[in-house]
Amino acid sequence: MSSTFLGMPATPPRSPYGTGNLRGDRKFPEAAHDELRNEQLRRNLGRATRTIRAKRLDVTGELPDWEALREAGSAIKTDTMNRLPELLEQLEQKVTERGGTVHWARDGVEANEIVTRLVKATGSSDVIKVKSMATQEIGLNEHLESAGITPYETDLAELIVQLAHDKPSHILVPAIHRNRDEIRQIFLKEIPGVDPGLDNVPAHLAAAARAYLREKFMTTKVAVSGANFGIAETGTLAVVESEGNGRMCLTLPDTLITVMGIEKVLPRYRDLEVFLQLLPRSSTGERMNPYTSMWTGVTPGDGPQDFHLVLLDNGRTAALADRIGREALNCIRCSACLNVCPVYERAGGHAYGSTYPGPIGAVLTPQLAGMHAAKDDPNSSLPYASSLCGACFDACPVKIDIPSLLVELRHQNTEQSGTTAEKLAMKAAAAVMKHPKLFTAAQKGAGIGRVIGGRDGRISHLPPPFNGWSESRDTAAPPKQTFRSWLASAEGAATMRAAAGEYEKNRKQQKKEEEEK
Amino acid sequence: MTTARETVLGRIKDALALAPAPDTTVPRAYRTGRTLPDDERLALFTDRLVDYRATVHTCTADRTAQVVAEVLREHGARRIGVPAGLDPRWLDAYDGEVQQDSGDIPAPRLDALDGVLTASAVGCAETGTVFLDGSPDQGRRALSLVPDLHVCVVDLSTVEAGVPEAVARLEPRRPTTLISGPSATSDIELERVEGVHGPRTLAVVIRTDR
Repeated sequence: MSSTFLGMPATPPRSPYGTGNLRGDRKFPEAAHDELRNEQLRRNLGRATRTIRAKRLDVTGELPDWEALREAGSAIKTDTMNRLPELLEQLEQKVTERGGTVHWARDGVEANEIVTRLVKATGSSDVIKVKSMATQEIGLNEHLESAGITPYETDLAELIVQLAHDKPSHILVPAIHRNRDEIRQIFLKEIPGVDPGLDNVPAHLAAAARAYLREKFMTTKVAVSGANFGIAETGTLAVVESEGNGRMCLTLPDTLITVMGIEKVLPRYRDLEVFLQLLPRSSTGERMNPYTSMWTGVTPGDGPQDFHLVLLDNGRTAALADRIGREALNCIRCSACLNVCPVYERAGGHAYGSTYPGPIGAVLTPQLAGMHAAKDDPNSSLPYASSLCGACFDACPVKIDIPSLLVELRHQNTEQSGTTAEKLAMKAAAAVMKHPKLFTAAQKGAGIGRVIGGRDGRISHLPPPFNGWSESRDTAAPPKQTFRSWLASAEGAATMRAAAGEYEKNRKQQKKEEEEK
Repeated sequence: MTTARETVLGRIKDALALAPAPDTTVPRAYRTGRTLPDDERLALFTDRLVDYRATVHTCTADRTAQVVAEVLREHGARRIGVPAGLDPRWLDAYDGEVQQDSGDIPAPRLDALDGVLTASAVGCAETGTVFLDGSPDQGRRALSLVPDLHVCVVDLSTVEAGVPEAVARLEPRRPTTLISGPSATSDIELERVEGVHGPRTLAVVIRTDR
């Protein structure tokens, strides 16, 4: 029974623990430590993010109304979240009217089952896939494989990741961590019948992928896609892409199954005029991506005649129940925040352990899957994977205030983790700072830290309760003496006298110069 | 038993009850309803198409057949597909083989074509985008996708200045494809490569008096 029946709203559940790809097996600092040692990864990432940052600035700077578009985009998304039930029901009605079938999935497990059932009903043992964050999030490929169905990723980067038995590391360019030599090796090893003379020229590598996938596009009867937008007013779905693999999957098969997060709905067809400007410019730094496909249910004689839309919750309603955190649902998956983030640029996407990496991932992942589902939940480290520099907020096309969301999640983490030693220590510090005598005494005590600091003056492992702090950063050892005790010493007095003398000398000199004028 | 639909909708209502939000109005202070004189729209559209590596040819409507034939010859297209509703006069000067499309032609047979010739519904100058909407002179989506060369005729009067103006001209229920240059990928070290799965060559013929 729905809890609204009882008049008492219940907090919606997160994505079920142990399912999908919304949690790594290690905390961010630990994972980032290893990734940082990978020089190849850092070189690839540094180069790629630098390029894309420059392109994005060029094309967003071209539009005199960029800020007005961001304002509109942000407001449309906020309005959407406020009216989500009616908009989803409207979308369902319109899609159904036009010959599509709408399915609802409480979580990733249910969505996987629905898709698998639909594929099996067609009799096909293969599916072609358009790059989709939602299906990556729920681990659809793994589930299909366990049911004897082979999914073929058709986006070039997703193909590289799939062939390498690897995980995506970027929302837009999932193989951003691979360079051309690595990709050549992967293709030589994994693509059946590939030309053994294949070199590392990107155009040749892309041609090899074209040849490999051509036959799959021509013969596979079922495709699975995500959706960038679903228009409630008309029932229209949109997929934004570059390579044409999306068009292939959305057009050639008999059956199309689209998995869409419930937050991807937009109220009006007209709203596309905003998002078709915001998304490509923020994402690939292009004025428009090469291809966008929009379809409404089934069109007789054109494209798949069997269309299914799976609407996915999987923790989205839990995020929606958070007054501050729900803003993360406004994300349109452009990845601009990843490309400007100094932490992402160095640590890479894998360190976040989730389908959603980078700044937006650090706020979205804990909201969808929670931060305290297990002891030492890796997701509890994500809100700290940031220097709070704010570059992500500036770059976000729908103005998600990611730094504020991170701070809110840090707050929630501290609150939820109960009476920790760190919390007690902070309370003690507050008490001490209120009382000057206690403060002086405490500063004297801190001199002991020098002993722990060793020769380089850095403390890399603080004892409990401060070990949480030192997990991700070195602490400078406290100075020999406090400023106040130094000032009171003979050395301090002498320095101050010398400074006063210098000041007097300068003043006299200045006066003399003025008189001479 | 509660259906997933009831559960998800119930959860959303619960979430909104737990964290109610004030109503939001959408500020639409961005540019809409822009118009540009013909020569400016043509210049902008051409510039943006070329920037994304499409080839551009301009002509008056009475020279459509000649220009189309030249473009097809230039790309060595000996066998092309056309949608059933295409103006047959556009092919008057073409001496190659023409396959008129119909829904029962399977995709692999489209793959055997050298190219495809279609009309278009709308254009957007600022982004260099051509919109196809499946009208009889544009055909089903597979036709303009599978062959490696797409020659697309665009009438200048259908080219709008910006995205809002172009979107306003679309008919939402039609299957719509936005095309901005040939297919491309930047997946390998963010280096742009033209031509992956869609047509590797896009040639746009702009008719300036239509």
